Amino acid sequence: MTRASTSEKGPAARDQGRERPKKSRLRHAPWTPYLYLLPAAAFIVLAFIYPLVEIVRTSLQVPAVTGGTTFGFTNYKFMLTDPAFRQAVLHNLILLLSVPIMTALALLFSLLLWEQMRGWKWYRAFIFTPYILAIPVVGITFIYLYSADGIVNTALEASGLGFLTRDWLGDPKLVLPSIMSVIIYRELGFGTVLFLARMMSIPTDQLDAAKTEGANWFQVHRYVTIPQMRSVIEFFVVVEIITMFSWVFAYVYTMTKGGPGFSSIILEFYIWQNAFEFQAPGIASAVAVVLMVAISGLIFLQVRVRSDESGDDA
Amino acid sequence: MATTRSSRESKGTPKLGAILSHAVLIAISIVALYPIYYMVITAFKNRKEYLSSQFLPPLHPTLQNLREAIAQGELLHWMLNSVIVTAVSVLVATAAAVLAAYALARMRFPGRDAILSGIVSLMVVPPVVLLVPLFLLMVQVRLINTLPSVIVVYVGLTIPLSVYLLTNFFRALPYEIEEAARIDGCSPLGVLWRIVLPLSAPALLTSIVVNAFWVWNELLIALVFLQSNESRTLVAGLTLFQGQFKVDEPLVMTGALIATIPMLLLYLFGARFFIRGLVAGSGK
Repeated sequence: MTRASTSEKGPAARDQGRERPKKSRLRHAPWTPYLYLLPAAAFIVLAFIYPLVEIVRTSLQVPAVTGGTTFGFTNYKFMLTDPAFRQAVLHNLILLLSVPIMTALALLFSLLLWEQMRGWKWYRAFIFTPYILAIPVVGITFIYLYSADGIVNTALEASGLGFLTRDWLGDPKLVLPSIMSVIIYRELGFGTVLFLARMMSIPTDQLDAAKTEGANWFQVHRYVTIPQMRSVIEFFVVVEIITMFSWVFAYVYTMTKGGPGFSSIILEFYIWQNAFEFQAPGIASAVAVVLMVAISGLIFLQVRVRSDESGDDA
Repeated sequence: MATTRSSRESKGTPKLGAILSHAVLIAISIVALYPIYYMVITAFKNRKEYLSSQFLPPLHPTLQNLREAIAQGELLHWMLNSVIVTAVSVLVATAAAVLAAYALARMRFPGRDAILSGIVSLMVVPPVVLLVPLFLLMVQVRLINTLPSVIVVYVGLTIPLSVYLLTNFFRALPYEIEEAARIDGCSPLGVLWRIVLPLSAPALLTSIVVNAFWVWNELLIALVFLQSNESRTLVAGLTLFQGQFKVDEPLVMTGALIATIPMLLLYLFGARFFIRGLVAGSGK
């Protein structure tokens, strides 16, 4: 309805556009962008900014002898002397071992799929399927697969390896590797699909050249394919390192609740337990601060490494 | 079966290698699918048949578990909660992210790049870090045990990824059309609604599908914020259900199957959007 009247202004607006091409491309009032950002900003402040400020405050807050609260490092001191905290850190570090395993396996499967043999799309879909399952669903299923009369032990017995049967989630020495295997089970599909997507965009002329020169399968991929995959491998490794520190709660909660004893306790579970079972939000917040700082440090390091690399290229 | 092959393969890989590849891929496919197969076959067995074999499909399939799970576990109620939470969170987050991403992609204003990289960097913040203050806040405003408590938090937590995906997509659109529409008198919001959004279906679907998976599968926040039986989401309720009925494997697996089916359907419908969303992050 206003179309007719405004289209008359068209040429004038275009002339103005010629004078100041950059600014008038899509003109708007100076405050318009902030208005557009407002809803997202409101949710971000609520879900991220407020809690991030609050954990620092809560972590420094300690009950005073006189009643009320005072500020100090008591929560941090307690955290450092708590054996459960040390166990949790150690276990998160042990979980990191699954990152190289996962990366190597995902690379192997994506390289095989890249050959695009008959049925490769089916294999890709099958390998990816675990990743769409909810972690609690995976965890609950593996409780039964790893149970005393579960499929893993049954299969071992059936194949004459009965001496290897174990209480996979109940043995303090085995519980972490068992949880690790479940994490690898679910995350492998992500890595494989990610790597394969990147490989599909690699030009094949270098590969063909290497093959005509007589390089074998291993050499071709070692010297031609994998170097070109560097950035995506790095991305996957960083994502999985973060995952091992801050996204494994659901596995541990559904399968072992940190047990037996403390043998599968991890940082997230330690935070959750202190906050909601031991009613110690100050300690939970102190650990949350430490976790946040550690992850920020990791990201900072990765950005530094990456910019150094691109600096060398230039 | 292994005699016909694509041209690329026949160039480099010897036959033995091809057989070996198939063997490795078949083995890993079996490992990947077995737990799902186990879940499905167990859900249709009675306990006696389950104890006699965990490999074979049910000889006498029964719907008894399904009936019992629905009758006992409040699973349907939890599923309804999950559907509401997922739909509302994803809808609100996408709407807010579209507006923000459009400003970040198309408008010039002081602080734009800093705001974008600030939002993107929030993607790495672990939810467990935010949990305690958010819980105390929800207690204060009396939202604990209500669906809005988790919805508000899920919206906030999913916005960074959506803003990242959509900003990149909007930037790649040719802006000449938008320019022309503006010259014809369309308001910025009109341009966004009538021109940008219809062109952005792939990016919108990617953001919606990835976030729907995330919200539906979220455990930690749902566990802490929704502690009453009526307010639980399906995934959080399922962990409780397992604790309650752990010796009845077929019943628990029925619950797991019920929790999985909606996501399996979403995956069948939106697989390529889901994968695109996962891969998009690596471009950075």
